[in-house]
This record gives sequence, structure tokens and C-alpha cells, in this order.
Amino acid sequence: MPMELSTFFQQLANAMSLGSLYALIAIGYTMVYGILRLINFAHGDVFMLGAYFAFYAITLLAMPWWIAFAVALGLTAVFGMGLERMAYRPLRDSPKISVMISAIGASFLIQNLGVVIFGGRPKSFPSIPLFDTVVRFGPVSVLSVSLFIPVVTLVSLIVLLYIVNQTKTGLAMRAVSTDLDAARLMAIDVNRTVSITFGIGSFLAALGGIMWTMKYPQLNPLMGVMPGLKCFIAAVIGGIGNIQGAVLGGFILGALEILIVAFLPELTGYRDAFAFVLLIVVLLVKPAGLLGKAQAVKV
Amino acid sequence: MNKKNLIRSAIALVVGILVIGLGDAFLGSFAVRILNLSAIYIILALSLNLLVGFTGLFSLGHAGFMAVGAYVSALLTMTPAQKTMNFFLTPIVPWLANIQVPFILALLIAGLCAAFVGLLIGAPALRLRDDYLAIATLGFAEIIRVLITNAQPLTNGAQGLKAIPKYSTTWVVWGFAALTAAFLVMLLRSSYGRTIKAVRDDEIAAEAMGVNVFRVKVTSFVISSFWAGVGGALLGHMITTIDPKMFNLILTFNILLIVVLGGNGSITGSILGAIIVTVMMEALRFLDMPMNLIFFKTNGLPGLRMVIFSLMLMVVVLYRQRGLMGNKEFSWDMVANLRAVIGLKPRNKGGR
Repeated sequence: MPMELSTFFQQLANAMSLGSLYALIAIGYTMVYGILRLINFAHGDVFMLGAYFAFYAITLLAMPWWIAFAVALGLTAVFGMGLERMAYRPLRDSPKISVMISAIGASFLIQNLGVVIFGGRPKSFPSIPLFDTVVRFGPVSVLSVSLFIPVVTLVSLIVLLYIVNQTKTGLAMRAVSTDLDAARLMAIDVNRTVSITFGIGSFLAALGGIMWTMKYPQLNPLMGVMPGLKCFIAAVIGGIGNIQGAVLGGFILGALEILIVAFLPELTGYRDAFAFVLLIVVLLVKPAGLLGKAQAVKV
Repeated sequence: MNKKNLIRSAIALVVGILVIGLGDAFLGSFAVRILNLSAIYIILALSLNLLVGFTGLFSLGHAGFMAVGAYVSALLTMTPAQKTMNFFLTPIVPWLANIQVPFILALLIAGLCAAFVGLLIGAPALRLRDDYLAIATLGFAEIIRVLITNAQPLTNGAQGLKAIPKYSTTWVVWGFAALTAAFLVMLLRSSYGRTIKAVRDDEIAAEAMGVNVFRVKVTSFVISSFWAGVGGALLGHMITTIDPKMFNLILTFNILLIVVLGGNGSITGSILGAIIVTVMMEALRFLDMPMNLIFFKTNGLPGLRMVIFSLMLMVVVLYRQRGLMGNKEFSWDMVANLRAVIGLKPRNKGGR
């Protein structure tokens, strides 16, 4: 199929920004999984909450956008910590199925509370000039927010890697992730470490949620479901538990979705299935993910 | 089982049949619908319980198998005229246009198709464990849904199918519910039943005892898919319209709720849970409607009902993980003990 070079760059730009968003959300999944071996099914809904918090801070409380964003990020992080405390901590020693059921329950609870409190009708995010202008590079035109997204993701990644690899909290996280009980014996406050991990993950989810609504300016209480599932898949593709892997997985998934739809438009209807097909292929070929290490099962 | 309990069971069975028969004869169409929906949910919950409760496989793909069953059975029982009416955008594929088979045969084929899809999905997915299995089955269900939406000439795509023959009468659905329960009881009492429980309790130990774990899991998955397909088909023949959106994660969630509430690994638990949840789903429908509470008026809060169900699921998981029945089955001794707890009767001090 013939394709203009400009179209290619246009699609590449789209793929970059979608991939960055996926990467940001996937990091939250990977961190929580790394530390508790738990799929936080509610992560996509935390993402939705972040967007709504920002929305209400701007429209209802008339805050300037940067204060609104800061408030939304903070609130979402606290919410994530609360979620862990209520829904996951009491089940830490329970069978895996129970924890997963609790996570699914939490996810549905947040979604439906969202429908009750925020209303089921989609809302449109207010326009912020800085993020809402069209930038042209020759024939390629992108929304300015699409340029911010990869930058934000990159900065978040650097800060996060610094926290995990260079600080004492990060050391504690790595210890808990390796062996929760041994970490406790080493006088690491496991509950606090898990709490911080959820806080960071939810913070990043909110960041992703806010940028998502600026790029696709609509909010609805179920907006987190699909991105949530896809980003979990991104995390698995990259090797769950591995932060760089989550970013890689996010970019692969974002690029795949945009490029397949661009080059093979007849497959557009199947777009939401790509991620799942990719997931199944990866799980069968390399279950530990691209950057993950295979783990032996302890008997 | 002693003689007294046998008589009690026989009486309970007769009363049950009477209740269903009287309900069918005298209740309004809305109540009959709830009655029949309970039976369908019993089939679905039992089939999911076989996986989650008895084999220890956490699957989130139930809605996908239901979709396969519902579509196959609907397409096989509709008259050619009905098909032409449904497929007004894109004509139906020629080989399917004039096929029409009796209901029971269609149901059987629907179950077998779902079972075959279960085999196709299970063979790769069951190499995974726990949460990976959950997410992979969820993914497969989602893929099935996307395929159905896009296979316009075969399934009529997003428009769905309307005017499906209404074959799911009270006796049909309750008959199938009873059949599913009986099948499961016999399955679990057989040596195969003991094998799947062994796999659930300790996979490695079971393997060391010479159990082909993978094969046991696949068999269990295929059987569960079969009944999910039958349940989905019955659902289609009850509500008479189906579309791909119906078979989403929320449907699987409802069935999971029943299994967890009733008791993971209890057949009678699933039956009780199905009835309780179905009745509550309808009884609590008023929550989504506008309400006039003396002090304030609400404009109807759609979603409140699901909030309650999600909360219910979480409360059960957090505070009573065993659900209603635990992994035990209903027995008359249980009733006697319950009466003793309430204080109606001195407790039966063990030993018979």
C-alpha cells in the first residue's frame, strides 16, 4: 500500500504519545505486581479517578490547571494507598484467588461509584491552551499535549528509577519484592513499603489519566477499563515486575495499535483484540516477558 | 443418609417442583422471568464453580463461551425468514441461511461448539497459572466478542440477533439446571472428580501420584465451557435478543459473584447463590430508579445496584471467604445443627 512519508511521521507521532501513556500506566501495574504478586484490577479505575479529580478541580473549584493537576495527583495517590489498605492488606496471607476476587470487586465498586457520583454521561475536559494547540512540523500536525506526554513519561521514568535504585525506600521495595517475609525480618516496614508502592503507582496512573483526557478529551466512569487491561498486558509483555519492561511493553503496544490501524485499515474493527492476541502470543512464547527473568516455582 | 433424611429430601424435591410449577402457572411474566433466570444462572454458576471451586482454575472467560453457545443455538433455530429479517445490512452466509434444527439438537450443538472453543483456548491458556490464566481467559473472551462483532455475515455483527425463538420455558430451564447439577454431582463422585480436587489442593503432589495435571485441567475446562455454552444458549432463547455487548466482563463478574457468595466448591452453594443473586438483582432494581425518600428526592442513581453487588462481593471475600456454604454441601444434619445454634433443639452430640 503506498503511503506518504508525512503520513508515516504522523502515525509515528501518534504511536509515540499513545505508547508513552500506556507505559506510564503499565509502570503502576508492574510495581504492584513486583511487590505483592497481585494484579491490581482496579488500577484502570484509579486512572479514571485521577482524570475526574483533575476535571472537578478545574471546573468545580475553578483552580488553575497546574494546582488542579497537583491536587488530583495527590488525591489519587492517597486513594491508591487507601485502596490497598481496605481491599488488599487484609488478604495478604489469603489464597491468590481471594485477592484477585477482591481486586475485581474493588474495580467494579470504583466504576459503579463513579457512575453514581460522577454520572454515567461522558463529560468533556476543559481546554487548556498550553496543551490544546495544534503544532505543525511541515505536513505533520500534532496536539501539543502529544509532545508533552513522552517528555512526562521520560521524566517520570528517570525519577522512578532513581527512587527504586538509589534511595532507601527503593531498597526496601526491592527487598520486599524479593522476599516479603525475609524483608520483614530485616526490620523493613513492609506495610509502609507496600503503601508507598501503591501511592507511586496511583500517582503515575493519575498522571496518565489526566494526559489521556487532554488527548482524548472525554471522561466517563468506564474509561479506565480498556486502558487498564491493555496496560496490564503491556506490563506482561515487557516482563512483569520490571519497570523498563513496562515502558518497553507500553511502547510496543501503542505502536502496534496505531500502525496496524494505519497500514491495514480493514483491521480497525479488531483494534481492541490486538493487545489480547499479543498477550497470548507472548505468554506462550516467552511467559516471563521480554525483559523478565523466568522464575522457578518453589515447591 | 438415613431413612428420615431420605424422606425429607424427597419431600423437599416435590415441594421444589411444586413451587416451580405453581410459580410458572400463577406468577406474572416478570416474576416468571426471574424464576427462569435463576435456573440459567444456576447452570452458569455450576459450570464456573467446576473451574474455580473444584479444579482451582481462576477463569474470567465465561461470557465468551456463553456468547458462542447463544449465537450457535440462535442461528440454528431461527427460521430462514427470521434470518433474512435480521441480516438486513449484510446477507447471511448462504450455508447457514436455510439450516434449521430442533431446539434440543441446537442446544447440544451449541454446547459442543462452546466446548470445542474451550478446547482451543484451554490448550494454550492452561499452561499458565493463577493470575496469568485469569487475564488470558479474559483476553480470549474479549477476542471472541470482537470476532463476533466483526463477523457480520455470520453473526450480524454489532446489531445482534433479534426474534430468537422463545424456547426457554420454565420446565426447560429448570430441567437443564437439574441436569447440570446432577451431572456435576456424579462427575465429582467419580474417580475423575477426586482427581480434579487433588489437582486443586496440590498440583505437584497430584502430579507425583501420576495424575496428568494438564489433561485434567483441559478436560475440566472443556466440560465447563460446554455447560457455559448451554447456559448462554438458554439465556438467548429466554430474552430472545442477543448482541455482542451483552457478553462482557460484567456478565462474568455476576457469575463469579454467585460462585463466591454461594461458596467456592459447593454445588448447593452455587444453586442457593444463583437464586439469591438473581432475585436481588431484580429486587434492587428500584435503586436505579428515581426515589422519593421523605426528606430528599433522588433522580435515580443508575449504578447504585452494581455498587451494592460489588460491595457484597468484597465483604464476602474480606470477611467470609467461605461464602454461604463454604466448600460443604447442604445436608439435613446442617439444618439440625443450625436449629441447635438458634436454640430450637439440643445440639446433636456427634456419633450416630
